[in-house]
Amino acid sequence: MAAVAHPGFLARRHRSYYLFIAPALIVIGAVIIFPWLFTVWMSLFDWTIGSVAHFVGLANYVGLATNQRFIESIVHTFYFTALAVVVPLILGLVAALIFHREFPFRGLLRGIFTMPMMATPVAVALVWTMMFHPQQGVLNYLLSLVGLPASLWVYSPTWVIPSLVLVEIWHWTPLVMLIILGGLAALPTEPYESARLDGASEWQLFRYITLPLIAPFLVVAAVIRTIDALKAFDTIYVISQGGPGTASETINLYLYLQAFAFYNVGNASAVVVVFFAIILALALLLLYVRQRARWT
Amino acid sequence: MDVTAALPLPASARRTRLRRGWRKVGFAISVAIIVSPAILVFLWMLSLSIKTEVESTAYPPVFIPDAPTLHNFVQVFAENSMGLYFWNSIVVSGLATLVALVVGIPAGYGIARAQAHKLTVLILIARMTPALSYLIPLFTVFQLLGLNNTLTALVITHLVITVPIVVYIMAGHFETLPKELEEAALIDGGSVWTAFRYVALPLARPGIIVGTILAFIFSWNNFVFGAVLAGRATRTLPAAVYNVLTFEQLAWGPLAAAALVVTVPVLLLTIVIQK
Repeated sequence: MAAVAHPGFLARRHRSYYLFIAPALIVIGAVIIFPWLFTVWMSLFDWTIGSVAHFVGLANYVGLATNQRFIESIVHTFYFTALAVVVPLILGLVAALIFHREFPFRGLLRGIFTMPMMATPVAVALVWTMMFHPQQGVLNYLLSLVGLPASLWVYSPTWVIPSLVLVEIWHWTPLVMLIILGGLAALPTEPYESARLDGASEWQLFRYITLPLIAPFLVVAAVIRTIDALKAFDTIYVISQGGPGTASETINLYLYLQAFAFYNVGNASAVVVVFFAIILALALLLLYVRQRARWT
Repeated sequence: MDVTAALPLPASARRTRLRRGWRKVGFAISVAIIVSPAILVFLWMLSLSIKTEVESTAYPPVFIPDAPTLHNFVQVFAENSMGLYFWNSIVVSGLATLVALVVGIPAGYGIARAQAHKLTVLILIARMTPALSYLIPLFTVFQLLGLNNTLTALVITHLVITVPIVVYIMAGHFETLPKELEEAALIDGGSVWTAFRYVALPLARPGIIVGTILAFIFSWNNFVFGAVLAGRATRTLPAAVYNVLTFEQLAWGPLAAAALVVTVPVLLLTIVIQK
């Protein structure tokens, strides 16, 4: 508040703070903002790398609106995302409630539990590819041990997306757990003490005290998970390449093929813009939720 | 009848103790269930990597190999030039992290002190954009400049990952540091740069370590940039590991060994960060 007395001093200081930011802004401008603008501009052209670009206005977007394969890829993406958000959220909540308690080797076990989320996605995908193998894979062997019939896993058009989600669950439930655990750590103790005195059961404590109090953290975990699931690429590309047929082709996989198999830059850029619009809407939702939950 | 009437208290006490015991067992089982998928997949990866070809495709699967061998590791390093790709990954992730630290630490400081929160919003949106969206324009520009298949192109592209992470973590970290010490330095006639260099920067070490490790891990784990932009000699490790799959469909041993080579450094760094 003393600074109000020296407005010139403060302004000068503020200007030098922007000098601190400038180098990063230049880099971000070159590798992040430039690609955004370039993409929007290119989406208005019919351009395959190696040929001449023709300005076509919104024709790429009109084409996408009637492109059966693209529309199916949106459906696949939403199906994959819904499963890959809901299941890790439930399991992550259960795991967080478990790790919130005191028990021997808690730190070590929590460390092991969170290992998958740091592992290189390609390596994870390769190991799961081997586990999914219908004849020699370990998963079908485990199914046979408990008397269940063998599954085709990622080789079945029906089961490919749930199987890929299984990898996603394994990979990312730890992140959800950590976010919710942060919420549990911040819980006040008084409501529990008074509720226990009133004879509330464990379930009632959870349902009427814990759950409402950690709801903001659940929402944040849900939004982060939604964005990551929409962006999922490595595991799908390595394990199923969008197949069998196009049964697991998500927007990202379709985009990859358009851009780097067909070099159809114009069309791929239009896909990016549509995809970006979906993600941006969720990004704004995240910021809105962050503000409401005051989560930092 | 008298006897049974005299006993209810100890009996119910025994019952609650028994129930508590069962509850403990139930809890231990649920801990085991929730932790086992994580540990089992990594153990299976390890098991596959040290088995012979015969054992790794045996049915029913062999969990603990009879004759563990390092042959698979020797093979991926000798035949798939894993050593070169390992080095490529260190160069690309190392340089991309270094540049991110150089521009990102001051930027985080500037954002925190100038309260420039709009920039953090920009960075959040950048983090949420799928990596492929950056790849098409950068690929096109690199094509024009003749930079495709070079490590330079990869380092530049990996800045997309590292710069937002470092800026975001550092901005958050500098905001938690008390301003008073810096104010004192400024009142004593120091410039903003002196306040940053000699007061804020030394205090920010924990944040810098976390930012460095996370930026390095995310860059190291990235697959698609290397897969698209790199040539045969400039592949990063994840792209190279994927190529082991495409060339040797059912060579599970080398595949698992390659997967382990790319993951182990990251897991070691994770242990460092948790300490």
